[in-house]
Amino acid sequence: MFIDDTIAAIATAPGEAGVGIIRISGNDAIEIANGIFKSKSGKKLKEADIRRLVYGHIVDPKTQEVIDEVLVVYMRAPYTYTREDIVEVNCHGGIIPVKRILQLILRMGARMAEAGEFTKRAFLNGRIDLAQAEAVMDLISAKTDTGFGVALDQLEGSLSKEVEGIRNEILQLLAHIEVSIDFSEEDVDEVTLDYLLEGSKAVKEKMIKLHETAETGKILREGLNTVIIGKPNVGKSSLLNALLKESRAIVTEIPGTTRDIIEEQLNIKGIPIRLVDTAGIRDTDDIVEKIGVDKSKEFFNKADLVIFMLDSSRELTQEDIEIMEMIKIKKAIVLVNKTDLPQILDLSKVYDILGEKNVIKISLMEKTGLSELEDTLVDMVYKGDIKTKDHIMVTNIRHKNALERAIISLEEGIEAINKKLAMDFIEVDFKNTWDYLGEITGDTVGEDLIDHIFANFCIGK
Amino acid sequence: MKYQAGTYDIIVVGAGHAGCEAALAAARMGCKTLMITLTLDAIAMMPCNPSIGGTGKGHLVREIDALGGEMGINTDKAFIQSRMLNTAKGPAVHSLRAQADKTAYHKEMKKTIENQENLDLIQDEVIDLIVEESTVKGVVTRTGAEYEGTCVILATGVYLKSKIFMGEVNFESGPNGLFPANFLSEKLRELGCSLRRFKTGTPARVHRDTIDFSKMDIQEGDEKIVPFSFLNKKLEIDQQPCWLTRTTSETIRIIRENLKRSSFYRGDMEGVGPRYCPSIEDKIVRFEDKSTHQLFIEPEGLDTKEMYVQGMSTSLPVEVQVEMLRSVIGMEKAHIMRPAYAIEYDCIDPTQLKPSLELKHIHNLFSAGQFNGTSGYEEAAAQGLMAGINAVLKLRGDEPFVLDRSEAYIGVIIDDLVTKGTNEPYRMMTSRAEYRLVLRQDNADLRLTEKSYKAGLATEERYLLTQEKKQRTAEAIELLKSTHISPEDANFILESLDSSPIKAGVSLYDLLKRPEISYKDIKSFNKLDIDAFDEEIESQCEIFIKYEGYIDKQLNQIDQFKKLEAKKLPEELDYTKIDGLRLEARQKLNNIKPLSVGQASRISGVSPADISVLLVFLEQRRRQKAVKS
Repeated sequence: MFIDDTIAAIATAPGEAGVGIIRISGNDAIEIANGIFKSKSGKKLKEADIRRLVYGHIVDPKTQEVIDEVLVVYMRAPYTYTREDIVEVNCHGGIIPVKRILQLILRMGARMAEAGEFTKRAFLNGRIDLAQAEAVMDLISAKTDTGFGVALDQLEGSLSKEVEGIRNEILQLLAHIEVSIDFSEEDVDEVTLDYLLEGSKAVKEKMIKLHETAETGKILREGLNTVIIGKPNVGKSSLLNALLKESRAIVTEIPGTTRDIIEEQLNIKGIPIRLVDTAGIRDTDDIVEKIGVDKSKEFFNKADLVIFMLDSSRELTQEDIEIMEMIKIKKAIVLVNKTDLPQILDLSKVYDILGEKNVIKISLMEKTGLSELEDTLVDMVYKGDIKTKDHIMVTNIRHKNALERAIISLEEGIEAINKKLAMDFIEVDFKNTWDYLGEITGDTVGEDLIDHIFANFCIGK
Repeated sequence: MKYQAGTYDIIVVGAGHAGCEAALAAARMGCKTLMITLTLDAIAMMPCNPSIGGTGKGHLVREIDALGGEMGINTDKAFIQSRMLNTAKGPAVHSLRAQADKTAYHKEMKKTIENQENLDLIQDEVIDLIVEESTVKGVVTRTGAEYEGTCVILATGVYLKSKIFMGEVNFESGPNGLFPANFLSEKLRELGCSLRRFKTGTPARVHRDTIDFSKMDIQEGDEKIVPFSFLNKKLEIDQQPCWLTRTTSETIRIIRENLKRSSFYRGDMEGVGPRYCPSIEDKIVRFEDKSTHQLFIEPEGLDTKEMYVQGMSTSLPVEVQVEMLRSVIGMEKAHIMRPAYAIEYDCIDPTQLKPSLELKHIHNLFSAGQFNGTSGYEEAAAQGLMAGINAVLKLRGDEPFVLDRSEAYIGVIIDDLVTKGTNEPYRMMTSRAEYRLVLRQDNADLRLTEKSYKAGLATEERYLLTQEKKQRTAEAIELLKSTHISPEDANFILESLDSSPIKAGVSLYDLLKRPEISYKDIKSFNKLDIDAFDEEIESQCEIFIKYEGYIDKQLNQIDQFKKLEAKKLPEELDYTKIDGLRLEARQKLNNIKPLSVGQASRISGVSPADISVLLVFLEQRRRQKAVKS
């Protein structure tokens, strides 16, 4: 719980605007921005005029990778909203550039802002008036009550368990250190540096693996890979257009693929989705064969989710059955389109092959069933039905940030072991690791450690 | 029949380790003080182990000393063996422990108290408190004496309704065959105090001549004695050894066979005992795979043959104790002089106290020591000292003297007690301190003496000594920084120390940063006047320079910590009326009444969101006030 560190957050609504703004506030705001911003003119940000937009790029200082082209502005305390130094980064909209820039800022030492924290600071620093304070309070106390939180909790349940496991391993190392310090006269084995080194390396590996789910976790960074398939004229383009309309997606071309396959990035209820549209495949009737060739096969194999469309006004064809056999092993949603027309399709055969779950009837013409599709999709993601390569994902930037800090602390601990520093110094790094992980699970340091010591070591007069 | 017996500024009930510190502090700060105790023969009695200090506890004693308390000085007068524990570990956890001659410890403390100006000592039992309009006004004793007092400090130890257990046998008694205090508990309940029952225990004392030390490992004291008190620079005595031995499989068999007869397993006891000093039967039940347990045999003093058997605390019947002890290596013919026993007593729930150790609901009434739910002589003394100082400040109408968690172990113990409470007798451990690297035993004086001097307790002599240490350390560091050494002068010595050679001249300061280089090595470069600084200063430099990175890390954390501690919460705040706080938080906050937002954040059940609400509320309130005035 800090009250004057540097905080950052996305200031625009996520994933839905043409421009995204990331705001940084606090003593280190300008320093942090300087570390990742390269202006076109080559000048440092702080040399530029206050309150003037500066054109340039956000560059990852570690990899030199250009993240996005941006306009950056800085404002000096106290003439800002929070009465602290503020930097605002204007980048391209859409969830991905915004999140990547925010992640970079957090990596540079800012902390993810709490709900309402900018306003809270504005108030505490005397910027906004009394009447607004009530609203701030409401915002803070309403933080945990959003409907979406429930679904998120389910997802985070598995993450919490994983983090809790890692924390327990650190706890054991800590308890060994503490026992050898506080009960050095007792009949317990002295903890060796080798033991600590081995233990901490194992823990570090687990944390890095978990962190990788955040780095490469497909859902967060690239979006959920989704492929729409179905016979011609089944309504694939209409579906795509309907979804696009809802989410104002950006259409991009994928380099190295034919124009037949385009990828859309969209955002459904906060979940970034990469929709690979096979609607472009029109030249051949034999979709199965077409999918088997070129890049399309790769896309199909890579897909986390398949949306298979059927025309309910027509009979089921051999082709449909072949597709169904093919997607049996995949996570799939079956969309039965054209419910506005006379119903001819025999659904029992579909149920035989794919089961009754996740079969949704829609009419793109009459715009019914779309919200059901969205709900099902969100459900499948958050209940873990759709598993990406790594089941446990770190999707939350705050969590990722905490995990990164935990890894850094543990690395410092390992360095201390290698330098053969005394136990009490190593302990400081281990304790920090433990605390940072606790920020993910919401646990704070309490009597856990002491409980662990007494439960596992025979000590006392 | 009651009679008016006298009027005092401060009345201390109890003359154990807490009571002694409280009374001495009050009297030394110029208050007319009375100390009442059940028997003058048990002043500063050590009813359990014959040692002072140890990990965490040693830190407390150094802090007590730095603040101008008596425990360190008294230990230096009465110790018979001294060891610095944890020397293989970092300087933050080096802990001093001394074996004390119990009788000498008692006698020396009694002498100090008898000779203390402003301090009256009397043998009697306090049976009632005089309280008017929620303010304590004095005490009533069993002999009918009524003493008026502006502040009263309760330091009743384990005496309230105490009961002793040895197997099937149990009876009302204080420790060591002394009388219990059976009246005060009820009175405290009537005054609205919530009491609970804790228990503790002590092992048997065995006649020295019945122990075969040839079968045991001897444990000598350190060659170089580090005094407990910062006022003592050097001490030399003839040290007494302790011995180390082990239980056998026969011990386990005897205990297992008689387990049902232990008072604890019989279910006779209602008190909660500490996990860190389990009875031997408890250890055997809980750690089944351990086939043997380590025991220390420690002398109780120079002029007695009683030996303390550390590690053998039990509530088994005496006849089983005899059999059990005789199964220990070297104890085959052991003769028990005092049997082991468990003891149960009334104590207060410490969340009823303010950080000044004053009761929230009875003004001018303070409490300290085991009565507050702690265990150990050192923990008791630390609280006694703080209660003594705070009673004086209260009487003067001054702000309370509260140490925070970044300033002292004493701050940690009191903050834990009043903020979180405790479910077992609370013992100090270094792992309870978040800022352990900064709270070292070697710098307790630098951390605390000035504060106590300003509050009016630490003497000028003590203050000047500390100022000198501070200044000399700064000079030494400056000298190390400004003194450079060339590769020609350094490399052959570095080589002999297995340290990599230097290419260009470096400062001695930078060389000292190397883990393998000590201050002693630096001196061999002949760049410093060897006699310029004494060892204490050298070691301060070494710690400061070698661990600068880690210490800075903690100092940064302390900066953050201090910011929330500095946000004060008004005592009269009604948390039930603050919108936005969760219900649980409102109740907890109203119950604890934290002094600062920092303290509030440590209350279990108060979330970070609640803290944000509190911050906003405080600002809101501040502005409303500003508008009005």
